[in-house]
Amino acid sequence: MATQAQFRICPDTGLKVHLPAQALIKANAVAAVVFLAIGGLFGLSVALTRWPAVHLLPAEWFYLALTAHGADVLLFWIIFFEMAVLYFASAILLGSRLAAPKMGWLAFILMLVGAVTANIAVLQGESSVMFTSYVPMKAAPHFYLGLILFAVGALIGVFVFFGTLIVAKDERTYEGSIPLVTFGALTAAIIAVFTIACGAIILVPTFLWSIGIISHIDPLTYKVVWWGMGHSSQQINVSAHVAVWYAIAAIVLGAKPLSEKVSRTAFFFYILFLQLASAHHLLVEPGISSEWKIFNTSYAMYLAVLGSMIHGLTVPGSIEAAQRRKGYTNGIFEWLRKAPWGNPAFAGMFLSLVMFGFLGGITGVILGTEQLNMLMHNTLYVPGHFHGTVVAGTTLAFMAMTYLVVPLIFRRELVLPRLAQWQPYLFGIGAAGISLFMMGAGTLGVARRHWDITFTDARLSFDVPAGAFLMMGLNGICAILAALGGLAYVVVVVGSILFGKRKDAPAPAARPATPPMASPIASYGGEGTLKLPGTMVLVSVFFVAFVLYYYVNWKYLASVWPLR
Amino acid sequence: MAIHPPKQMIWWHEPVERSELVWIAVAFLWGLVMFGTMVAWHFVGKQNLSNEAYRITPDVFQARTEAAAEKYKVREEGNTGIPVVRPPPGGDAYMLARLWEWWPILELEKGQSYRLHISSLDWQHGFSLQPTNVNLQIHPGYEMVLTVTPDAAGQFTVVCNEFCGIGHHTMIGRIYVVDKK
Ligand code: HEM
Ligand SMILES: [Cu+2]
Ligand SMILES: [Cu+2]
Repeated sequence: MATQAQFRICPDTGLKVHLPAQALIKANAVAAVVFLAIGGLFGLSVALTRWPAVHLLPAEWFYLALTAHGADVLLFWIIFFEMAVLYFASAILLGSRLAAPKMGWLAFILMLVGAVTANIAVLQGESSVMFTSYVPMKAAPHFYLGLILFAVGALIGVFVFFGTLIVAKDERTYEGSIPLVTFGALTAAIIAVFTIACGAIILVPTFLWSIGIISHIDPLTYKVVWWGMGHSSQQINVSAHVAVWYAIAAIVLGAKPLSEKVSRTAFFFYILFLQLASAHHLLVEPGISSEWKIFNTSYAMYLAVLGSMIHGLTVPGSIEAAQRRKGYTNGIFEWLRKAPWGNPAFAGMFLSLVMFGFLGGITGVILGTEQLNMLMHNTLYVPGHFHGTVVAGTTLAFMAMTYLVVPLIFRRELVLPRLAQWQPYLFGIGAAGISLFMMGAGTLGVARRHWDITFTDARLSFDVPAGAFLMMGLNGICAILAALGGLAYVVVVVGSILFGKRKDAPAPAARPATPPMASPIASYGGEGTLKLPGTMVLVSVFFVAFVLYYYVNWKYLASVWPLR
Repeated sequence: MAIHPPKQMIWWHEPVERSELVWIAVAFLWGLVMFGTMVAWHFVGKQNLSNEAYRITPDVFQARTEAAAEKYKVREEGNTGIPVVRPPPGGDAYMLARLWEWWPILELEKGQSYRLHISSLDWQHGFSLQPTNVNLQIHPGYEMVLTVTPDAAGQFTVVCNEFCGIGHHTMIGRIYVVDKK
């Protein structure tokens, strides 16, 4: 049973903070940042290698670095951070004690051991199989083992989250329903269970196969189940970063969801539909029927896309409503112009919202369309798309959240507030650039995961279009920007945690970079704001871009070889 | 706020903004349009995968590809020793993927249809036809069959775009499309 001594009251927010939960949040956040730093370095080296004029790494190192990059950022950075988000959204937001902190530590240690083991396996050089590790390509057994340990740890963490929700309910630490942000985290956690189950179903046999106990794994079956994990985990990311958007809008601006009903239903759509859309990774595989592809990519995917499009309105809408109530009512966009762009939490959040929609979202739907997929499957368009989702979207949102976590949980003020202010822009522009230019190169046919687009060592020759070289160069430049932005983030966060001014002393006037908690403005978000013209303009622009780009791709498809 | 429990205990009863309803309707209809486009393309479009495929062992596929290559070989490519194979228009064309080549080179006639059989003898490979940009995933143990109708003459390259080990970036093949003689 928790004693009062295990809690503190946050002087900024009035939240009741369970100290063991706080310690776990810190540990997971720190691990996340470390893996982001390592993975980001690998990413930079990969991008510089793909810049033909630089061609940094030799081939073996390139494939090794690419494997490490995918695993470190997509799995370890994001999932460690999500653990911190889960603990925050349960124990802290509900003012409850964390269920079973010891299990939380067990989860953390398993994840850490798993992540380190997988990294060692990759660095030893026998496991350059990419993080997707498609069979029959084989990695060293401890590569799979590391991933399995990591997944088991994550699963335990998810159950600690569920346990905490139950504890909070039993001990009546809150009244009524859980907050929207917690609801979003719950969505993520439910999808995580499904995801990790798929991961276990496929990685455990693959591990046994790698040590010789099982003789054969069907490559197509592997992919179907692997993407049950691989795609659903992107759904976790979306749920988590949308929850983070809502949290930041609430903490910084006091924004309330326009209507709880709509926002929650939109989260619910993610649970119902998107895990099915792992099908869109199998659109050009042999022997899968068109009916199955269409069913899984349209019914299942478009309803989940609908969920995201709803958040795409309600998040900026809630911000507009909050700003208008504060008196920024001139014209269509005063609310946006006068938003706190100098606050890195807000700036990162809003950039993440816009770029996730325009760069990641639209292109994801295109890639997930049965016939259109043929145009860009496995070209650089694919990494271009998901650097729009997980980098410009999720990663930037999580970075923005960190600027609130440091003062609220670590109780430190940010060091180098100027650098912090610029960081979201630097990283955001870099991430948008790598996303766009990789998509550009992919449209020109450049392959992903490919060391040499000049084909110097090949028996036959092939000249890629000159434009592709330009794209890869611009990609390299933007990779440097993104890496600098990532470095700035690591410096500010680590610096603040180690050297930031402690906030426990009676707080002096808050500095701009450490926002005070805004107070709520109305009883529900849409109250008294009949119109949201700015948001309607934004979503209309989005919609037009979406429709145009969608049909441009059909036109492009119509120009390739007829085939059945 | 989004970080506090909703004011109304039963949030289902909160009012919904009109702008939200409009947007939900638009987004939903757009989903239906996209769904319809995908289905319609099966009737009006010329680029639809038939999804015809068979299970096959690598040995059998290799034997068939070699037999076809022997029968329809017209020349060798430069001094590479790779046969250039010209299957009969309307007939079957075979191409195999293995570490790290697409074999053999095919020569097709513009405007003619061919049943193109592709499979892998070892790992997964990515069939990426350039510069026309058609991309297919090739698995070992599965023979993919598609009917293609090249509509422009010229030299086309097959790049491998599924990572297949250290020689991945050297794996290219070729298809010539020629005008009818
Ligand atoms: C400094 C920032 C980053 C740079 C410069 C960068 C650059 C790149 C490049 C050039 C590729 C290789 C594309 C290819 O050759 O196929 C790549 C792949 C990838 N990146 Fe990043 N990236 C960055 C950050 C991130 C982050 C934060 C994430 C995830 C949250 C991420 C996830 C991935 C994944 C999953 C792949 C695919 C790996 C594979 O094909 O197996 N990247 N990145
Ligand atoms: Cu290959
Ligand atoms: Cu390859």
